[in-house]
Amino acid sequence: MRKITYRAALREGLREEMQKDECVFLLGEDIAEFGGTYKVTQGLLEEFGQARVRNTPISEAAIAGAALGAALLGMRPVAEIMYIDFSTIAMDQIVNQIAKVRYMFGGKAKASLVIRTQGGAGRSSAAHHAQSLEAWYTHIPGLKVVMPCTPYDVKGLIKSSIRDDNPIIFIEHKLLYNEEGPVPEEEYVIPIGKADIKREGKDVTIVATSRMVMRALRAAESLSEDGIEAEVVDPRTLVPLDEETILQSIKKTGRLLIIHEAYRRCGFGAEIAALASEKAFYDLDAPIKRIGAANTPVPFAPQLENFVIPDEREIIKGVRELLG
Amino acid sequence: MIQKEKSMEMYEKMVRIRLFEEKAVELFLKGVLPGFVHSSIGQEAVSVGACSALRRDDYMISTHRGHGDIIAKGARVDLMMAELFGKRTGYCKGKGGSMHIADLDLGILGATGIVGAGIPIINGAALACQLKGTDQVSLCFFGDGASNTGSFHEALNLAGLWNLPVIFVCQNNLYAESTPQRDHQKIQNISIRGESYGMPGVMTDGNDVLVVYQAVREAVERARKKAGPTLIECKTYRWLGHYVGDPSTSYRRKEEVEEWRKRDPVKLYRENLLKMQVCFVKELEEIDRKVEREIEEAVAFAQNSPDPRPEEAFEDVYVGEYIP
Repeated sequence: MRKITYRAALREGLREEMQKDECVFLLGEDIAEFGGTYKVTQGLLEEFGQARVRNTPISEAAIAGAALGAALLGMRPVAEIMYIDFSTIAMDQIVNQIAKVRYMFGGKAKASLVIRTQGGAGRSSAAHHAQSLEAWYTHIPGLKVVMPCTPYDVKGLIKSSIRDDNPIIFIEHKLLYNEEGPVPEEEYVIPIGKADIKREGKDVTIVATSRMVMRALRAAESLSEDGIEAEVVDPRTLVPLDEETILQSIKKTGRLLIIHEAYRRCGFGAEIAALASEKAFYDLDAPIKRIGAANTPVPFAPQLENFVIPDEREIIKGVRELLG
Repeated sequence: MIQKEKSMEMYEKMVRIRLFEEKAVELFLKGVLPGFVHSSIGQEAVSVGACSALRRDDYMISTHRGHGDIIAKGARVDLMMAELFGKRTGYCKGKGGSMHIADLDLGILGATGIVGAGIPIINGAALACQLKGTDQVSLCFFGDGASNTGSFHEALNLAGLWNLPVIFVCQNNLYAESTPQRDHQKIQNISIRGESYGMPGVMTDGNDVLVVYQAVREAVERARKKAGPTLIECKTYRWLGHYVGDPSTSYRRKEEVEEWRKRDPVKLYRENLLKMQVCFVKELEEIDRKVEREIEEAVAFAQNSPDPRPEEAFEDVYVGEYIP
């Protein structure tokens, strides 16, 4: 199978859906001629024109609001918020308006839109360009939250997100755009709400999200050399969460380690830990291990940033502790 | 010159708003209605003048003080009253209440409880019409308080930039909740803010329904001709407190309220119709009685309607299955 980057796969997904459905259009800061800060939308202006690939002012609330208004009239906007850190400016529109219009209006409205954004550390971007704020959105009823980590997943999931009649927070990772992986030429979609077992194993379950899936996989390879087989489960979508796949894996391994790049306190890992303790308590042979970024703002200096963001060593150490 | 039929329809709508609001206040003070109610008594001329310049297939977004706007756009008072009672027969099945009434078939894209939040959303509706190539226009109501939010400034800038077919109607009732305009902004005429965003800013007497109608009609024509958005400020007054139960005596003088009550927009229009010999007193009285009956019937409908079943709380969170 051909290999392409996460960026190219994402762009293909956007392009295919725009070709298929005239109601799909893009709006966001610097997405047209400039092609987006991470170049995801490069070339789409030339193919689809200014009406459907729309540059906006730096006005996140206006971007999210415009996406909602257009969705209410049956369009399928894909709004890009350049950094998830900037989505805080649009928080009212996303949390109070987009997530709630359908419910507040008694099921009459549909907010069929996607907010594409990206998060994550690793580039010395400091405290305003490197957060992982997915838990802010998983907390809100009415939203779905998608967090793909491979080129295959990002393409399949952007397509199903655009087709979904619900508002989707689609969270990419800035350090994944250049990652290559197999993506079939023929069309496919990935259902929202389906986890993927990225590596099978019998000794411990590692639930990891976004870029931490890659680190979990590398940690699993190291552990394998010592005869420890970790199963790496990537939920891919946090809301809805594929509880069944996670619980089945815990049943098999009896041990659970959760890792994400978001701050550990109140991170989504807490939700998965709660799930396991409520529904898999008697399958667990050891306490649940939860790894996340330190509860500090993301620092600038590489030495500091590397220190607060979890890495393979922490995963390996955690697994060894679980196995006693 | 407005046709008689239209003149009478405008009168009927103003009376409908006044009587609906009086009834809502009465019911709330009796303790029959849950939640809280923001009365728009005194602002009828803005709602009716503006919405009378719209077609049925044009779009409108209102505010937390939105009963009047929604009635002016053609909403049914029985479904509204049932919503105020929290009944399942209400416009939003009892999920939205007084502040969140929508009727998408009438172009009412809802009302928001967050001051200023509707302004970015109206741009999206207008953008959808622009992309679809229709001549529909979209109108957003908001108050003087909203004109200080980031939403207002972001959205007007975008609307001007994209030449969107929008009419921004500021219901300047001189108070942002309890704060007088002089204490919340340096300027007196909010209409001057239009210029900053490349659109005409028009100042009108918001207690004269014909003046509002004329101003909005011109803005609608501009928008339909693809000449862009307009900001219209309508100076008016909120007779009651911010919410029913707020006596408003701590922040405004009784004399001021009395002065504005003398310029009762419903009475002014009634006198105008008689003076211009558009109709006879008898015809107006017939309308008064008809609307009185309508409101009584609406209350009866609401009171006799079933409450929502508790499990309906889980419906309409998402399109498709509920995500627990």
